[in-house]
Amino acid sequence: MGTPDYNPTELMICLAARQIPDGVTAFIGTGIPMLAASLAQKMHAPNLIPVFEFGGTGAILKRLPRAVGEGRTFYRGLVASGICDTMETAARGFVDYGFLGGAQIDPYGNLNSTIIGPQHHPPKVRLPGSGGANDVGSFCWRTIIIMRHDKLRFVPRVDFITTPGYLTGPGAREAAGLPPGTGPYRVVSTLALLDFDEETKWMRLLATNPGVTVEQVVENTGFELIIPDRVGQNEPPTEEELRILREEVDPERFYI
Amino acid sequence: MRVLESGLGELIQPPDLDAFREWNREKKAHGLVDKLMTEQEAISRFVYDGCYIGTELYGTVRCPMSLAREVVRQGRKNLRVAGQGVLELDLWLGAHLVKTLDITYIGLEVYGTSNCLRREVESGRVEKVVEWSNGGITWRFKATAMGVPFLPVRAMLGSDTFRYSAAKVVECPFTGMKVCLIPALILDVGLIHVHRADRYGNSQIEGISGFAFELARASKRLIISAEEIVDTEEIRRYPDRTIIPYYLVDAVVHAPFGSYPGEMVYMYERDEEAIREWVEASKTEEGTQAYLNRYVYGVANHQEYLELVGWERLERVKAAVEGR
Repeated sequence: MGTPDYNPTELMICLAARQIPDGVTAFIGTGIPMLAASLAQKMHAPNLIPVFEFGGTGAILKRLPRAVGEGRTFYRGLVASGICDTMETAARGFVDYGFLGGAQIDPYGNLNSTIIGPQHHPPKVRLPGSGGANDVGSFCWRTIIIMRHDKLRFVPRVDFITTPGYLTGPGAREAAGLPPGTGPYRVVSTLALLDFDEETKWMRLLATNPGVTVEQVVENTGFELIIPDRVGQNEPPTEEELRILREEVDPERFYI
Repeated sequence: MRVLESGLGELIQPPDLDAFREWNREKKAHGLVDKLMTEQEAISRFVYDGCYIGTELYGTVRCPMSLAREVVRQGRKNLRVAGQGVLELDLWLGAHLVKTLDITYIGLEVYGTSNCLRREVESGRVEKVVEWSNGGITWRFKATAMGVPFLPVRAMLGSDTFRYSAAKVVECPFTGMKVCLIPALILDVGLIHVHRADRYGNSQIEGISGFAFELARASKRLIISAEEIVDTEEIRRYPDRTIIPYYLVDAVVHAPFGSYPGEMVYMYERDEEAIREWVEASKTEEGTQAYLNRYVYGVANHQEYLELVGWERLERVKAAVEGR
């Protein structure tokens, strides 16, 4: 196999972008979600309506925002309101997709971006905290999680549930009072595309990334994945995806 | 209403809505009073050791950086801080001024985790940390703005963010559904940077309003810094744009480039190089103190800070604005 002409971050961005259909609303957080949304808007989803938590809705993502409140999050946008409006819009069921990342994920898609270690305070490692992630993961119909794939990140139990996935399994979100029909939908990682089994809400391998074997995914996951009989293969980034990503989405190379 | 679950976190400042009403009646000017003053005067009059304080918006976006630096310069300590922050809260953490955090997010956005936060929290120098979501903390301000002691919301449920908050889960008496009750949050002092204000405090913001509306209405003392001080006639011409009315405001500070090195939409872009300088410096304790010595303690006020940064550089961030 020759050296691929793209890096793992570029691959994740392209795979995440392909998960976003046209004509939907999507809550976009800092980082890779911004790149994925921008790429999707420039490729197949010109009517993607990005929602940024501090009030920007419907921006044309001409240039990459570096913060969830900056001008680029409502550049030629449809609405420039505030955080209550965007969060309440999601709470009323208007936001289809939410993008999230984190330091740790467990088999039920629970996410940690608060602390590493067994103790809340003082912690071994202090991370930024929820920000809007908990709200996004509580309210959006489908959350798509984007993460690097290794055993330190894909763990049997997260040290802290910053953002609820399926919590302890089927029915747990609803029992906690979260809106029914919401929850993690896909995980886009550096190794694979995963989803959650309808019955058990446990993480399941859907497709491996180019050049990655099922065994490699299993080896780099800290818990047992559901491996279906047929596992797909993700297509590598196309030349056009890479060109748009490099020349238009992130020419300043903040991320890629 | 039955309480089903209680967060373990401490309610940093239990809200007293009746006392807040009295405060607003007695301690706030209900008529038009000239409140124009300098950063030094505003911070020395209204920010005190141990006060419960919050800033709006984010340290790289329409953030009261000139006020935040003045807080450091005057060495206000044992601060109890509510909210989300990038550069502004990083400065306070870096200067060891923070004792307690109602935290939603403190980090460096594209540049990742905050090293100042890590040093201060992991060492235990920040003594208490209570978790909230961004929506959660803003709705706490909103509860105060509404004059009620709590609001029911459907965020934070089922998570450790709830478990380490001071929220409660109850069964809704109308529907039977589980809801998360978040307590009203009344700040001693709020700091907000706006595009324009008059000398009485009537303030207008362009672009997104973040949580300015809510934080302004949840602060016992409110310090406004503005890029531009305009005549009240300007305000009267576009009263629909006034997001913060004069009676909420205690001090108005004229702070051109007040959000620098962050951005001010339609006026100036962020200065990436200057932000990276902080990102690098804040990686170590020594670097942090050297940065503070140069950019905060080493200058007497905002004007001197701008001169240190240099007008050429400020003109450059102005020229970089992309327009509408």
